[in-house]
Amino acid sequence: MMPMLVRRLFWGAVTIACIYTLTFLMVITVPGNPFRQSERNMPPEAERALRVRYNMDDNWSYFVEFLSGAVRGDFGPSFTYSDWTCNQIISEAFPISAMIGLLAILIAIVIGVPTGVIAATKRDTAWDFGALALVLVGISLPTFVTGTFLLILFAVHLQWAPIGGWGTLAHLPLPALTLSLPFTAYIARLTRVGMLDVMGSDFIRTARAKGCDERTIVWKHAFKIAFLPVLSYLGPATAQAMTGSFVVEKVFGVPGLGQHFVNAALNLDPGLIMSTVLVFSALLVAMNVAVDVLYAWADPRITAAV
Amino acid sequence: MCCTPGLIRASRLRYKRAPAVFATSQPNRKQKRNKVNDRQTQTNSSKIALQPTAWRRFCRNRCAVTSLAVLSSLILVALITLPLSTRWYNVQSLDQGVRRPPALAPHVDKTPFALALRQNEPDAHADDATSNRADFGYEFTSWLGHDDLGRSVFYRIWPALLISLGIGLGAASMSIAIGATWGAVAALVGGKVDMLMMRFVDVLYGLPYILSVILLKIALTNPLTDLLGGQTRLAGVVILFIAIGGVSWLTMARVIRGQVLSLREEPFVEAAQASGASMGRILVRHMLPNLAGPIMVYATLVIPQAILQESFLSFLGIGVPAPIPSLGRLAADGVQAVNTFVGYWWLIAFPCGMLVLTLIALNFTVDGLRDAVDPRS
Repeated sequence: MMPMLVRRLFWGAVTIACIYTLTFLMVITVPGNPFRQSERNMPPEAERALRVRYNMDDNWSYFVEFLSGAVRGDFGPSFTYSDWTCNQIISEAFPISAMIGLLAILIAIVIGVPTGVIAATKRDTAWDFGALALVLVGISLPTFVTGTFLLILFAVHLQWAPIGGWGTLAHLPLPALTLSLPFTAYIARLTRVGMLDVMGSDFIRTARAKGCDERTIVWKHAFKIAFLPVLSYLGPATAQAMTGSFVVEKVFGVPGLGQHFVNAALNLDPGLIMSTVLVFSALLVAMNVAVDVLYAWADPRITAAV
Repeated sequence: MCCTPGLIRASRLRYKRAPAVFATSQPNRKQKRNKVNDRQTQTNSSKIALQPTAWRRFCRNRCAVTSLAVLSSLILVALITLPLSTRWYNVQSLDQGVRRPPALAPHVDKTPFALALRQNEPDAHADDATSNRADFGYEFTSWLGHDDLGRSVFYRIWPALLISLGIGLGAASMSIAIGATWGAVAALVGGKVDMLMMRFVDVLYGLPYILSVILLKIALTNPLTDLLGGQTRLAGVVILFIAIGGVSWLTMARVIRGQVLSLREEPFVEAAQASGASMGRILVRHMLPNLAGPIMVYATLVIPQAILQESFLSFLGIGVPAPIPSLGRLAADGVQAVNTFVGYWWLIAFPCGMLVLTLIALNFTVDGLRDAVDPRS
């Protein structure tokens, strides 16, 4: 167990380093100069002074400086939000996105998994078609449409929730529900396929033959195995949900992290681009390692193989 | 048709026997070549025979066939209305036409502004000369209502469908071009190169999707616009599918690599190698027919994803360039109209209905295709 964990963490660090290098290369090759975003060109002296302030006088030193800062947990100043450091931006926005994202994943599991199981056990009935409808809506409606519908229904007509913004617990459910829809759909689909696959296998027939009741068969024997693909999907999905979604934040006026991914890229703000990417990839690697550990716990054969 | 299963069985038998023939006997060159030719004709016949069975399996799936029919009729309507919609999609009616609700009767705009607009179009001008309809003003088809700028939604939704599908197809071909090649090369070269190539794919999976799309789009905008001779609208659409396709080939690369790795171990590839076929020939004649199924399925899987991605980019305001409609842009515009003034339901209902219908039909068709090509899954 421990050697596997150490090896996974080591490879995770290597992956993050590669992602950092790749992002850095993309940022310096993309045309456009963060110093020339405004209409007026600044005098060359001022530009030179700014480059010195941001450690950008040459690419290699910027690469090294940013990396050493990031290792120490300091992402440096932001270009577009000149009064802010990237640390301040992220520490302000990330907890909000993480809260919404975790709740969204929780909703996705709580709704998606039973839906998938029911669709698989009551195959080709109204239950199955209902689950299919949920999946299709989740997959084929863009989040900005579902979010707007939920907003109009629950905030404008029923007035159960505030229209937007952030600050109280009442602001939490609608964005989380909107964000959870695609994840719910995917989890339901994965669970259904996994359950159908497992329910046809020999040990289920054996369990039926020895007179096991159907509920034990479904939830104790089959579900444990059918859940494994969902588990490996949950790793990247959680990382993605926790780093926020631009659309959900825009529709509900939430000051989360997702907007910074988009704005940093649109403003070509190198510091903010690289720090958001580093946060995302670190979270992704951590989640994947966590999933690996859970996998080994759920399926002891995996540890034997690794 | 009835003899195809027999043909498959015959060719399979031949495959099984083939390595034994080469291992035990050392026939002279001429005989060997004859054998090879014989086997290749068999491969061809089995390849041709396999596809009708897949097609028949697809046809048995009622849901998939219905979806395909819906999809093709939508495309057909879009193509039929194309000559009209290219003329009308950007024409505004400012006289009571702004956010005009749907009606069966056409909306007639008699203001000089509409007429002036009409005279700007050369072919419309010719039309006026023959039919002399200029006196009656401008007749708008307002079955699906009018948008914020007084344009007929009906003539915007059909080209939007074509543009969205085009972006999807473009992204899918990009993902074939990059992903399938990447995966096949990694699997065929093997060793350290394979490991490095697949590590690279892992790293790309770790990049936030939206960031790479935006950076790719920014990087490509100027060179591609120059390349297309300054046609900014065309370049805008092309850049969009290149950027989306440029980040959605990763799954394709993984799947194709796995397929090629398992195909490499198949007896018929071994037999081809033993009979002295070159690597390129094995790839094209023996592996490609077997790879066509998964490539097609994963490419069609990219289409709905790309359409959704495009709608997301349109929502950000960096989708297709301004007057060009796409389903995502219409839906995003509709959402904005509904956000501010509740009540303009047709601006959101029709584009979203079309988007959902298209995506559901696409998803069902893809599922049917996957089942037909690979009955095990």
